[in-house]
Amino acid sequence: MQTKRMTFPSSWLPYALLAPQVIVTLIFFIWPASQALYQSFLRQDIFGLRTEFVWFDNFERLLADPLYLNSLKVTAVFSVGTTVLSMSLALLFAVMVNRMIRSRDGYTTFLVWPYAVAPAIAGVLWWFIFNPAIGIAPYVLQGLGYDWNHRSSSTDAMLLVIIAAAWKQISYNFLFFLAGLQSIPQSLLEAAAIDGASRTKRFWTIVFPLLSPVTFFLMVVNVVYAMFDTFGVIHATTEGGPAQATNILVYKVYRDGFVNLNLGSSAAQSVILMAIVVVLTVIQFRFIERRVNY
Amino acid sequence: MASITMDNLGKVYAGDVRAVTGVSIDIADGEMIVLVGPSGCGKSTLLRMVAGLETITEGTLRIGDRVVNRLEPAERDIAMVFQNYALYPHMTVYNNLAYGLKNRRMARAEIDRRVTEAAEMLQIGAFLDRKPRQLSGGQRQRVAMGRALVREPAAFLFDEPLSNLDAKLRVQMRVEIRQLQKRLATTSLYVTHDQLEALTLADRLVVLNGGRIEQIGTPMEVYARPATTFVAGFIGSPAMNMLPADWLRGVVAADALSHLPTGADLIGLRPEDMSLAPASDGGLTLEARLMLLEPAGAESHLHVKFDGMDEMFVVRLPHVPQVDEGSRLAFSLAREALHPFDAKTGLRL
Amino acid sequence: MVDNNRLGDLLAHLVLILGVAVVVFPVYVAVIASTHPPGTFVRGVMPLLPGPNALENYKTVILEGRSRAGTPPIGGMLWNSFVMAMAITIGKLSISLLSAFAIVYFRFPFRIFFFWLIFLTLMLPVEVRIVPTFQVVADLGMLNSFAGLSIPLIASATATFLFRQFFMTVPEELMEAARVDGAGPMKFFRDILVPLSITNIAALFVIMFIYGWNQYLWPLLITTDPAYYTIVMGIQRMVTGGDSEPLWHLVMATVVLAALPPILVILFMQRLFVKGLTETEK
Repeated sequence: MQTKRMTFPSSWLPYALLAPQVIVTLIFFIWPASQALYQSFLRQDIFGLRTEFVWFDNFERLLADPLYLNSLKVTAVFSVGTTVLSMSLALLFAVMVNRMIRSRDGYTTFLVWPYAVAPAIAGVLWWFIFNPAIGIAPYVLQGLGYDWNHRSSSTDAMLLVIIAAAWKQISYNFLFFLAGLQSIPQSLLEAAAIDGASRTKRFWTIVFPLLSPVTFFLMVVNVVYAMFDTFGVIHATTEGGPAQATNILVYKVYRDGFVNLNLGSSAAQSVILMAIVVVLTVIQFRFIERRVNY
Repeated sequence: MASITMDNLGKVYAGDVRAVTGVSIDIADGEMIVLVGPSGCGKSTLLRMVAGLETITEGTLRIGDRVVNRLEPAERDIAMVFQNYALYPHMTVYNNLAYGLKNRRMARAEIDRRVTEAAEMLQIGAFLDRKPRQLSGGQRQRVAMGRALVREPAAFLFDEPLSNLDAKLRVQMRVEIRQLQKRLATTSLYVTHDQLEALTLADRLVVLNGGRIEQIGTPMEVYARPATTFVAGFIGSPAMNMLPADWLRGVVAADALSHLPTGADLIGLRPEDMSLAPASDGGLTLEARLMLLEPAGAESHLHVKFDGMDEMFVVRLPHVPQVDEGSRLAFSLAREALHPFDAKTGLRL
Repeated sequence: MVDNNRLGDLLAHLVLILGVAVVVFPVYVAVIASTHPPGTFVRGVMPLLPGPNALENYKTVILEGRSRAGTPPIGGMLWNSFVMAMAITIGKLSISLLSAFAIVYFRFPFRIFFFWLIFLTLMLPVEVRIVPTFQVVADLGMLNSFAGLSIPLIASATATFLFRQFFMTVPEELMEAARVDGAGPMKFFRDILVPLSITNIAALFVIMFIYGWNQYLWPLLITTDPAYYTIVMGIQRMVTGGDSEPLWHLVMATVVLAALPPILVILFMQRLFVKGLTETEK
């Protein structure tokens, strides 16, 4: 990895400069992560008096536990739903905004600010709108013949959290799609137009393929977002319910660790989550290789 | 003011890569030395070793009487003008000039005096409040010079300072640098890859190749008596023609080359040393076919093929002759115009 | 390109106006709800036009809170959020600038090792190490403190990489000129490198302030004392605290106040925000 051609001569200064970052990393990242790894091989009795080393028993139990398998499934549905909904709306908006000239900045301003809204708040807002008693959405849906109730219907609850999570993420996807669209050389589109391609054809044969790196990058980022940054959406609204229907992995690991005090299982879940992040990060860097250049 | 003494300087990078080998140069107080050579010849490395920006791995460097091998750049009492100027983009011109002085905790009044004086000398007084990006290339160059000037250092180091300027400005700044250097009589070390810049600026020039010195001398010495085939090819434009001695013996009178030392198997001949006039007493005549005529206003370059040779050679005439391409021409030259070299060692004989 | 497609343009505007409406709607509803008296939410459908109680509702949440549900006045929570967000932002920027400076401008043993160590933090979000991190913070006595709210979150691989990349584009000669001018490493850092990075710092500031302000799980874990509640997590207490339906008019007033600061930051610094967002993720 590069440095400058010439560097400052000092034997201790670079260590001092790195110290704050490294100390925080070691104490609050590396140590807890290794603890999670260690604890995932232990089991405590219910009084917390005796601890036993159980090898992979926690993992085996976990993978045999229908609740955990359900949580895996729920997480998959939630991540895919959030990613697809958010990215397709964002792409639609970006393509539309990109053809504007004067109103481009105006629309952009209106579309970017939900990024600032915390996931928990996004959850509360949509929870309010879909409130079965007074919400406007159920009222409209009732008029259309659909009886909405996310307190009893698993499907409704899942839809609610997907909508809330996707809503907040539209801004992010929109900005990246817009930047991607603007980096497509105008001359390519002109050439295609001269070759007789219609606007729609130009989009699917030129623009969309050229956007594929951005699309792929966003897919990874959105899956990471949906899996790890949406704790607030769940916690502030459905709390995993009804009947485990929205109990995503990060919510479950929190419940099992802090509410049910099942440390061994919670640690094993942490380790599995870590493995997932590692895989996603590696994918992101392997195929996108933009952030770090050597 | 000080002399600079390089004694057997060498630079070896990690991994045993040699950049500079056995360089010894004595720069007298007030002298302007130009390091010249092709890219990768080690000239910039050598300059940066003198500046303290590269560590010296072999030999001794003295500025004045001090051995400065291990001193920080700021402690060597030198000032440097960089190729891309290296002006601090967020500081005004005034602060760019004053920064080094402030770091030395100089009194405000003295800083002010020096900056004003340098600005006046370089005609940048009107720009002192501007940021570098608001200046033209030539003005930035002057600011970079000013930053060196205000320090009143023992020596100036120039690292290809003119290479970012357009041709016209380059000539103008070259003249100004030389005038300024003569007036201040500050010891200077100047790096360039441009042989014309080297010839015009230097008190003495040092031709470097592959990290070694090929020749040290005044511009006219180096031009008139290049010490090696490399120098012969590098100094002078168009470059010196190199003729095999065997071929030459076959086309001229038997005694015409008798003055050349034995072992001279490669003969250098400058393009400007040939003419279309008939040979004078004891002169030589070479016949050739004109392949291409390049008129260049006041002079012309003739690309010719000598009889019995496949390569093209260049003749430079101080006028544009009325001749047709494809015609046969006879060129005359003086016996003294031939530079004898040993092809194997590349050394002048 | 000469492309006069009036119908297409019209359609595009229509799509965008609908899109903007959907994007804006939740917050519009929240603002409207926060202006109504409690009675409005007892039955029927939520209002879509402003009510008369705006001043009163906001006064209530800011000054009194809901003592019954155990939530303090949100004036304090807003302050806590601000302190936490600023501490996280400034902390992240400072230690990342220093780390990137060390990695780019020095050569020393274990340099690459430290780089990867910092890189690892990308793979360890709080969510995957909840319990042990909580234990560490508890053992260090940092529960219910601003130090506990901020310090564990200030490691930043993203910011370190961004600064590293920016430093690599700073011309070599600038540092050499500074050394000839007698500037040591820290002087060069302060006088030249940091001023040159100012746009990048500002862009990251926007992103990180929002990140800090919107923290949810972390304050939830380590604060039990209402004096350290932050606004974003406080809302959850208001919604779920108590048995009855939430007091929507007060919840929504709180929501508006909680969302406002980061939204304002984005709106007023849109250019920096876009730069920060797109560059940190590249």
